[in-house]
Formats: sequence, C-alpha cells, structure tokens
Amino acid sequence: MMTPDPLLRVQNLSVRFAVRRGGFMAAKSWLYAVDDVSFSVRRGETLAIVGESGSGKTTTALAVARLVAASAGSAHLGDTDLLALEGEALRQARARLQFIFQDPYSSLNPRLRAGAIVREPLDSQDNTAAGDRQGTVDRLFQAVGLRPEQQALFPHQFSGGQRQRIGIARALATQPELVICDEPVSALDVAVQAQILNLLRRLQGEFGLTYLFISHDLGVVQHMCDSVAVMYMGRIVEHADRLPLFNTPRHPYTVALLSAVPSVDKARRARAQRVLIPGDPPDPVNLPPGCRFANRCPLAEARCSQSEPPLREIAPGHKVACHLV
Amino acid sequence: MTDQTNPQETTPTARSPFSEALEMFLRNYAAVAGLAILILIALAAVFGPGLYGTDPFDMVWAPFSPPGADGFLLGTDYLGRDLMAALLHGARVSIVIGLAAAFMSVVIGVSIGALAGYYGGLIEEVLMRITEFFQVLPTLLFSMVIVALFGASLPMITFAIGIVSWTAVARITRSEFLRIRELEYVTASRASGASNGKLMFSVILPNALPPIIVQAALMVGSAILFEAGLSFLGLTDPNVVSWGQIIGSNRQYILDASYTVTIPGLAIFVTVLCISLVGDGLNDALNPKLRQR
Repeated sequence: MMTPDPLLRVQNLSVRFAVRRGGFMAAKSWLYAVDDVSFSVRRGETLAIVGESGSGKTTTALAVARLVAASAGSAHLGDTDLLALEGEALRQARARLQFIFQDPYSSLNPRLRAGAIVREPLDSQDNTAAGDRQGTVDRLFQAVGLRPEQQALFPHQFSGGQRQRIGIARALATQPELVICDEPVSALDVAVQAQILNLLRRLQGEFGLTYLFISHDLGVVQHMCDSVAVMYMGRIVEHADRLPLFNTPRHPYTVALLSAVPSVDKARRARAQRVLIPGDPPDPVNLPPGCRFANRCPLAEARCSQSEPPLREIAPGHKVACHLV
Repeated sequence: MTDQTNPQETTPTARSPFSEALEMFLRNYAAVAGLAILILIALAAVFGPGLYGTDPFDMVWAPFSPPGADGFLLGTDYLGRDLMAALLHGARVSIVIGLAAAFMSVVIGVSIGALAGYYGGLIEEVLMRITEFFQVLPTLLFSMVIVALFGASLPMITFAIGIVSWTAVARITRSEFLRIRELEYVTASRASGASNGKLMFSVILPNALPPIIVQAALMVGSAILFEAGLSFLGLTDPNVVSWGQIIGSNRQYILDASYTVTIPGLAIFVTVLCISLVGDGLNDALNPKLRQR
C-alpha cells in the first residue's frame, strides 16, 4: 500500500455496459468502461484521474459515487464500502461524498433559486434543524465568493463561473469528506478556470477536503494535484505522485500525453519532444489480447500484443502497467 | 489571480420562470384574445343561468321562432324551448366535462408516464404497452360502449372521455422524464441523497410540466368536442342540456331552422378555437427553445 491513511481506497473496480451490435437479435456483449481499476486517495490530498475521452475516467468517478452501477470491486470511504451499501444506508452515506459536475449549465435545476439549490442536499439529508440550514447556506455563499442577495436569483441569471460556484457550494453543503470534481473547469473560459481552481484549493484548506479530480487537462492537473492516475481504455496505465509523474513519466502513453501539453517555459519546451500517437484506440467491445495501447505505442514489441501488462510498482508509490519498464 | 467575483457588478432582480412565461404569453395577442373570450364564456356559464331565469326545458313559445323575433334573442327550437337558456346551461355542462375529463387524463397520463420514464426497464415496457393498447382503441366507439354499458350520467361520460384521452399525456410525460432524468441536476439531487419520490415529483416533474400544461389545455378543447360528439349521438344524460345535445336533438330540422344547429355549433367552435389559441400561447411562453429566439 502506498499510503498509511487513504480516505478513499478503490479496489478492482469494474463497470460494464451491455451492448448489442447488429440489431435486436444480436448476442449481448459487454463493454468494460472501467476494467479492474484500483487506486487510493490520501486524506486531505487531491488525486487526479486523467485520460482522453472514453478512457473511463468519468465512469470511474460516477461508479465510486454510486451514480452508475459497478459490476465488481470495492470502494472504501474510510471504513465503509460504498459499493456494498443499499437503501437508507446508501442515502445517508451520500452526504459523505459529493460531486461537482462538468457542465454548470445543466447541473443546476432551472426552477430553483440559487439559495434553494445549495439548500437542497440539506433538505434531502434531513439531519439538521430547518433553522440551521439557512445559516449553512449563508456561510457557503460567502465561502464560494457569492453575495447573499444572489440567493434569490435563478440559475440562468448567473455566468458560467458563478454557476460553478453555486455547484461547489451545493457540493459542500453536507460537509462531505470527499469531493469528486468531474472536469469542473473544462466548460469555463480560461480566466474563470483559474478563479475556480484557486477557489477549490482554498476550500480544500478551509474545509479539509479530499478531492478526486477528473480532468483531461494536464496543465490544470499539475496545478491542483498531489498524485495522478492516468487511464487508457478503462485501465490505469500509470499511477504516481505529481512530481515523479510529470518529471519522469514511465508509460509511453503518459510520455505522449505530457509531450502534448503546451508550455511557455522555454527550457521545458526545448526538452520536450512531441511524441505523436498514431491511429485510433481499439474497439472497446473487442479489445486486443495484449496491451491496449500496443497498436499505437511507438515502442511496442511482439509481447505487447500477446499478454496484458499488470500494474506493477516500479518505485515506491509509482505504478506502471508496461512490459518495457 | 483572486478567486473572488467582481463585487461591483450589479445584481439582476430575481425573476421567476413563471413571470417570464407570463410576459411571453401577454405578448401573444391571439392567445390573450382567446383567453379573454374564454373568460367571458366562463362567466356566462357561471352566472348566465342564474341571471337568465328561463328553464331550458320549458316550452315557452311557438316552435321555430327565429333569433331576435318575439323577444327571444336566439329563437326557439322545435319544441318551443328557449335556445338562449339552453346555450347558457349547456355551457356549464360542456365546460365542466371538458375540464374534468382533461384533469382525469392528466392525472392518469402523468402517473403512468412518470413511472415509465423514471424507472425504465420492465416497468416502462409494461406501462407503455398498456398505453399503446389504449391508443389503438377506436376512441369514440370505446367511450360509446362505456356510456352504453354503465349509463349516461355526467360522471360516467367524463370517465369515458378521460379514459380514452390520457395516452398523449402519458407519452409526453414519459419522453420528458427520459430526457430530464439524465440531466446533471437530477444526478446532483440523487448524489445528495434525494429519494425516488422526491426526484420524480419535486425535481423532474416541475421541469417536465410545460409541455404537459400545453397538452392539458388542448385536451380541454378536445374533451368538449368529444362530449359534443357523444351527446349528438344521444349518449348523454337526457335531463341535462349540453351543446352537443342541442345539436343532436335539433339535427332533423337543420334545413328548416338551421340556426338551432348553427348557434350551439358556433359556441363549440369558438370555445375550442379559443382554447387552442391559449394552448398555443402557453406553448410559446413555456417552451424554452422558442424563448431563446
């Protein structure tokens, strides 16, 4: 185990969807959006899950939050296995982890005023006195940098950045231990992105939050995170702390990803060689037998397309799934 | 860079979706005119029979007295009964049946559509097959059978109309639920521990209401037409006047005294037209896609 005190420990998580190809009568086959994924997040820190579209990073987050059904695995938040909970126990456990959504436009109920949106989780959990709830909402509005009188407005009267602040306030309403941020800034323009990221960092210190941060933007990840898990086609290919991952990436896919990050730093630009990844990802329903990245990997050997590399620890806290490392 | 928003910006006033929709509706002159006429008709139905004392079943004058003659504004029918009295009393029945039947369709349709759209899977399959069963029934024939079997009382006629016309509401509700349940604010409510009942009725349903309201308004019109059709065929309570029944009982004299059929026909036409205009106006006012134009 890489950490003495992980708040969230996900083990062998899989999420699969049934797909039928070739019409109604076709045999059912399974698409593994998340395939045997394990990672952990230390208390008070931020783990980023990065990957391209379709890599399963959002599905992983949704499965941990019990918003899509996992087909196997466990996700321990503290001592509680979130994936084993049902009914009322699950409903109450939801207060302990909250979600910040990607799209600040569809994530706020257009018929509720901003104050009511932030208050809704408190009403759903109904373990606080009704009088205290308004006080909590007031404090949260202040914490995310909104003015009290804005509680009376409707979502469409806010800008994208303000709406995301409402989303953040709502996520903090139940005093969660873990906050899952699903690409919280990718729908915002760049100036607002920085504001929201700084806000998230400040709140992390103030409330002692642990973040699971889903992103495809490595610049954002570098700014926000303590450790990073890189996903490709439903698998984690590399999982390490921020500095080792950004300084000495080991998996060819990570290397390629990092080389694609634009930089204003001359030295780094000179050092970086663009590694191009040719081709397309394999068909997720008919995965190749070997490494899922083999058909696009610049370093692939014969064994890469025959057997799938396991995720091995190559240095303390640095895990890579590659035969060549 | 700071993470604060600019404190100088002014706060817009809080405008509810309702007040915006109202403003949009008031801009649609045809809908406002329709609503005004509907209000007049409703007032006539509520207060008319009291103010205009004549009993619609009393034979008060010679038959076939044309409108305006002998002091009868709308004339008399083949039995010498006052058409004006019949029209005012009939308005009550037609409008009440229209409203009650539409209400019944909305209750049935929303319940079935909401359950089907929210839960999906087997529940949806079963409920939508039931809906399709009611959709392919010949509606007029089916309600005629109900009325013929169980008697032509007003509640039974209302039931017969309601039971054949809820399918459209169910399908609209289901499709709205299918769309809205995938939106992130519903996921957010679920993530914070909202129960299924709360998600269905206080998160999704309020957002699904606009097309349902429009459909309900139009359904009042079609229920009035439906009732007219049934009572034209004689499937109505003979002790109660309704517009369709006036037409039905005078239909043999359409060539000799066309006004006995035309006047209640016009009443139905104007009422249903105004309801459609209002429904159309509601559609424009509540449909967010149109609002963005």
